[in-house]
Amino acid sequence: MSYLEYKIQTVPTGARKILHANWALILLLAAVCSVGFLMLTSVAGGDPSRWAEPQMKRFALGLVVMMILGMVPIWFWRSISGLAYLGSLGLLLLVELFGTVGMGAQRWIDLGFMRLQPSELMKIALVMVLAAYYDWLPLAKVSKPQWVIPPVLLMLVPTALVLKQPDLGTAILLVAGGAIVMFCAGVSWWYFIAVAASGGALIYGVFASRGTDWQLLKDYQFRRIDTFLDPSTDPLGAGYHITQSKIALGSGGWTGKGFMQGTQSRLNFLPEKHTDFIFTTLAEEFGFVGGFSLLCLYGLIIFFCIVSAMGNRDRFGALLTLGVAATLFLFFAVNMSMVMGLAPVVGVPLPLVSYGGSAMLVLLAAFGLVQSAHIHRPRSR
Amino acid sequence: MKRPPKENEEAAGLMTRRGVVLGGSMVGFMGLLALRMRQMQVTEAEDYRLLAEENRINVRLIPPSRGIIYDRFGIPIAQNAQNYRIVIVREEAGNVEAAIAKVRQLVDLDDSDVERALKEIYRRSPFVPITVADQLAWEDIAEVAINAPALPGITPDVGLSREYPLGADFAHIVGYVGPVSDYDLSKLEDPDPLLQIPKFQIGKIGVETKLEGDLRGRAGSRRIEVNAGGRVMRELSRDDYTPGNDLQLTIDHGLQNYAQARLANESAGSVVIDVETGDLLAMASAPSFDPNMFVRGISSKNYNALRENKYKPLFNKTVQGLYPPGSTFKMLTGLAALRGGVISPEERVYCPGHMSLGGRRFHCWKRGGHGWMNFDDAITQSCDVYFYEAAHRLGVDKLAELSREFGLGQRHDLPMSAVRAGIIPDTKWKAQVRGERWNPGETLNTSIGQGDVLASPLQLAVMTARLASGRAVKPRLVKSVNGIEVPIEDAPRIDVPTSLMNMARKAMFNVSNGRRGTARRSRIVAEGMEMAGKTGTSQVRNITKAERARGVFRNDQLPWERRDHGLFVAFAPYDKPKYAIATIVEHGGGGSSAAAPPSRDILLYALYGDVPPLEAYPKEQRERIKVQHEEMELRPRLKPEKKASRA
Repeated sequence: MSYLEYKIQTVPTGARKILHANWALILLLAAVCSVGFLMLTSVAGGDPSRWAEPQMKRFALGLVVMMILGMVPIWFWRSISGLAYLGSLGLLLLVELFGTVGMGAQRWIDLGFMRLQPSELMKIALVMVLAAYYDWLPLAKVSKPQWVIPPVLLMLVPTALVLKQPDLGTAILLVAGGAIVMFCAGVSWWYFIAVAASGGALIYGVFASRGTDWQLLKDYQFRRIDTFLDPSTDPLGAGYHITQSKIALGSGGWTGKGFMQGTQSRLNFLPEKHTDFIFTTLAEEFGFVGGFSLLCLYGLIIFFCIVSAMGNRDRFGALLTLGVAATLFLFFAVNMSMVMGLAPVVGVPLPLVSYGGSAMLVLLAAFGLVQSAHIHRPRSR
Repeated sequence: MKRPPKENEEAAGLMTRRGVVLGGSMVGFMGLLALRMRQMQVTEAEDYRLLAEENRINVRLIPPSRGIIYDRFGIPIAQNAQNYRIVIVREEAGNVEAAIAKVRQLVDLDDSDVERALKEIYRRSPFVPITVADQLAWEDIAEVAINAPALPGITPDVGLSREYPLGADFAHIVGYVGPVSDYDLSKLEDPDPLLQIPKFQIGKIGVETKLEGDLRGRAGSRRIEVNAGGRVMRELSRDDYTPGNDLQLTIDHGLQNYAQARLANESAGSVVIDVETGDLLAMASAPSFDPNMFVRGISSKNYNALRENKYKPLFNKTVQGLYPPGSTFKMLTGLAALRGGVISPEERVYCPGHMSLGGRRFHCWKRGGHGWMNFDDAITQSCDVYFYEAAHRLGVDKLAELSREFGLGQRHDLPMSAVRAGIIPDTKWKAQVRGERWNPGETLNTSIGQGDVLASPLQLAVMTARLASGRAVKPRLVKSVNGIEVPIEDAPRIDVPTSLMNMARKAMFNVSNGRRGTARRSRIVAEGMEMAGKTGTSQVRNITKAERARGVFRNDQLPWERRDHGLFVAFAPYDKPKYAIATIVEHGGGGSSAAAPPSRDILLYALYGDVPPLEAYPKEQRERIKVQHEEMELRPRLKPEKKASRA
C-alpha cells in the first residue's frame, strides 16, 4: 500500500498529530540522553558546564527538530529521499576535497553553532534512499541480481568516500545499516550468506598470507590485529587503552563505585572518556546494574521501533523505521563491543550519550522521521 | 502506482518475518553483550578491582628518624640535623636552565651536581621534584626563600641528615653513616624496604653500623593515589614511622675530648674504664678524623690524605690495634707464678743482666743486671730475668690460663668495628696455628709480654681493671637504650688470693710512686688519688749490629717507624680503685716517657671530672702542665639540655 492509496481522513491532521506521536519512544530517547548528561557531568569532575550543558542544549534543539520532522507527512520524506542522498553525497565529496581534518580523521563542515559531519547525515540518507528504493521496487524483483546491484552501489559509493577519510567505524555502520535495510526488504538469504562466506574467506586468506611472499597486509597492520586479539601483549602501547577500559569496566562490579567515584576515569587512566569510552565510566561508577539498564533502554527503543514498523502497512515508513533502529543498534553494539574488548577500537561513539553534536542531532532527526512514519501510518477502518 | 493487494499482503508478511529475525538477532547480540558485562563485572570483578587499585595506589615509605646517640651525661654525639636542599619542579619552572642559572646567582652550586640534576629532571615526569643541591647552609636557603617569587618551580626544602656535633672525638667509637650503596645491598641480607630509598643513610662503621638495628627504626608508609601520569592526587592513609632507639653510651664526652686532645700529636690509643662496672669512659684513638666528612661524601683527595697518613687516622687503635704488651704483662706472669706456687712472694731471684736457656742468652733490659730481686722489686724496676725465671718454672700454659682470666686473648663483645681478640700463645695455640712444638725459649719471651703476645689497649685496660678490682669486670659501652638501662653483668671474683692481688697492686703503686719506680715522674700527688701503674716498652725491631757500630744506641735516633712502642697501664686511686687506663703510644719510645704522662693526665681528668687542678701534679711539673693545658684545644664540658628533643 503506497501513500497514494491512503484514506487521508484516517491520518491525524494538525495539532492532533502530537497526540499520535510515539511518546514511549520520545521518553526512552530522553532517558538515554539523561544518562549521557549524568555521565558527562561525572567525567568533567562534577562540572556540568564543560560537556553536559552544551549537550543538553543540543538535545533540546534535537527534540524540537525531531517533533518538527515528525509533523511533516511521511510521503514528503519519501519524495525527497533521493535528494537527501545526493545532497549528503555532495557534502561528503565537498569535505573530501576542502574539508578540515580534526579529531583523528573525521571531517566536518563548520555551521557556526556546530560542526556537521556529512558522514553522519549519510547514515540516515542511505537508509532513506534504500527504503524508498524498495518501496518503489515490486516484490518479485527484489532478489533479482540486476535489482540488487543498484542498492549495493548506493551503499558502496559513500562507504568508499568515508573509508578514504579514513573512518572505519562509519564505513562499517554504513555497510551494515544498508545491508539490514536490504535484508528487511526481503532480499534473498543467499546474497547475505555468499557475502559472509566470501568475507570469511578473505579474512582467512589475509591471515594465511602472513609471513609468505604474497603477504596481503603490512607487518604493522598485523601487529595491530595481534594487539586487538590480545591487548596484554602490548599493555603500555596500543593495548593500553583497551586494557584500561576493561579494568575500569570490570572493577565496577555489581553496583559500581558510585557517582564520580570511578578511579579509572577520574585519574585519567581511561582514554576519550567523554566520547567513545563513556560507557566504561558508566559501568565503572554504576556497575553491572547501570550498564545493563542502559542496554535495556536501548533495547526498548529498538523494540518500540520494530513494533511500530510491524504495525505500519506503509512499506517506506516501515523500512525507514527498521533502518533507523538498525543504525542505533549498530552504534551501541559496536561501541560496547569495543570498550569490552570484543571488537577493535574503531572510533564509534555511544549513541545519544557520548559528547558530540552532529551525531546526536542527526540521530534525533532520524527519530523525527520514525515519528513521521508512526504518525502518518495508514490506519484501517 | 497500483499493486495487487496480494503482493501487499505478501510484502508485509515478508517484512514481518524479516523484522522478527532482525529483532531476534539484535536481542541475541544484546544478550551477548550483557553476558560479557556480567562475566567482567561479576565473575572477574575481583581481578579487575585489584588491577584498578594497583593502577591508582602507590605506597611511599616515610623514613624514620634515626636514634640519637648520647654520651653518659646526655650530650648528643650523633644527631639528626636539618638538611637544607633546593628542589626544582620542571613544569612549574618552565625554562629549567634559566631557573637554575638564577639560583646560581644566589647560591654557589657544584657543576657536577647541576649536571646530574639536569639529567634527572628530563628523565622524570615534569611534576616530580628533583634535588638540585643539598647539604646547603641555612643562609643559602634563606636567600632562595626570600627570592622565591622570582624563582618559579624552585623550592627550598628540608630533610634529615646525620650530624656529629663533637666531630672527630667520637669518630672511632660511633663511626659514621653514609648513603646505602650497591655493595651494602648485596652484602646485607636485609629485606627492609627503606634500603631501597636512594641516599638512605645507614651505619658504615662503629656503633652506627653495629647497632644499626636499634638506631634505624621502622619505616612508616603513605598510601597515595596517583593518576595515569603518576601525579600524586591525595593521601589515602598514613602509617607513621617508629623512630630508632636512642642510645646512651658510657663514654664521658669531656674525658673523651681531653684524651683525644692530650694524644693529638701522637699515633696513640688510650682506654679508660670503670674498674667496678666496666663502663668505658673514654676510648681515644689519635689522630682522628671528622666523621661529618663521610656523611656528606668525602672527596677522594681528603680520603687519600687520611689513608696515606703514616699515623693511620682511620685505624682505631683502641680495639683494632694489637701490640705486644711488653712489661705491662709482667703482673700477670708474676701472679701466675705466685698462684702456681713455683715462686714465693719473698723469694729472691738474681738478675745478672741475662738468663741462658738452651744455649741462648735472654737479656734483661738493664745490661748490667738488677741483682737480687723479689716480686715487688721485679715489678717496680721491671726486671726481665725475674719473670724469665718465674715463667720458666711455671710453664706457658698456666701463664696463658691466668692471662685469659684477665681478659687477654679473647674478644670483648663491644658494638664497635673490628674488635680484635689478640693472642695469648700456649702450646696448644702453637700446635694449632703453627703446627709446631712449643720451644721453652718462647716461654721467656712470653713472660715479658713479647714474642707472640698481642693485646689491644682495650684488653690491657680490662686487665688493669681486673687487677684493681679483683673481679672479672666486662667492658660496657652502651649505658642505656631508649632510657632503659643496660644491666651491668655480674663480675665474678678472679681466682687469685687477695693477698697476692694486693702485692701486685702494691708493686704497681711503687712503679709510679716508689723511689726506683719506672713511672715515678708521672705520679699523682693529690691525697687519696695516688695512681698505681706499670710501664711497658715493646720492641718493634732490635737495634742492628750495624746501627750499633754507627753509634745508634738510643731509640730517638732511629727513624719514627722503627722506634719502640710506649705502653702504660694504671689505676687510681690506689687505695680505692675507681678507674683504670691503658695507653699505647705507637713508636713513642719508652713507656715511662711516652705513655705514662698522658695516662696520668687522662686519669686525673677522670678522677676530677674536669681539667685537673695543678695541685694534683708534682710541684716541679706544674709550670709545664699549666702551659700544656693552655695549649690543648679543649672544648668546655657541655651541659645536657633539659629535654632531649628529637630533631
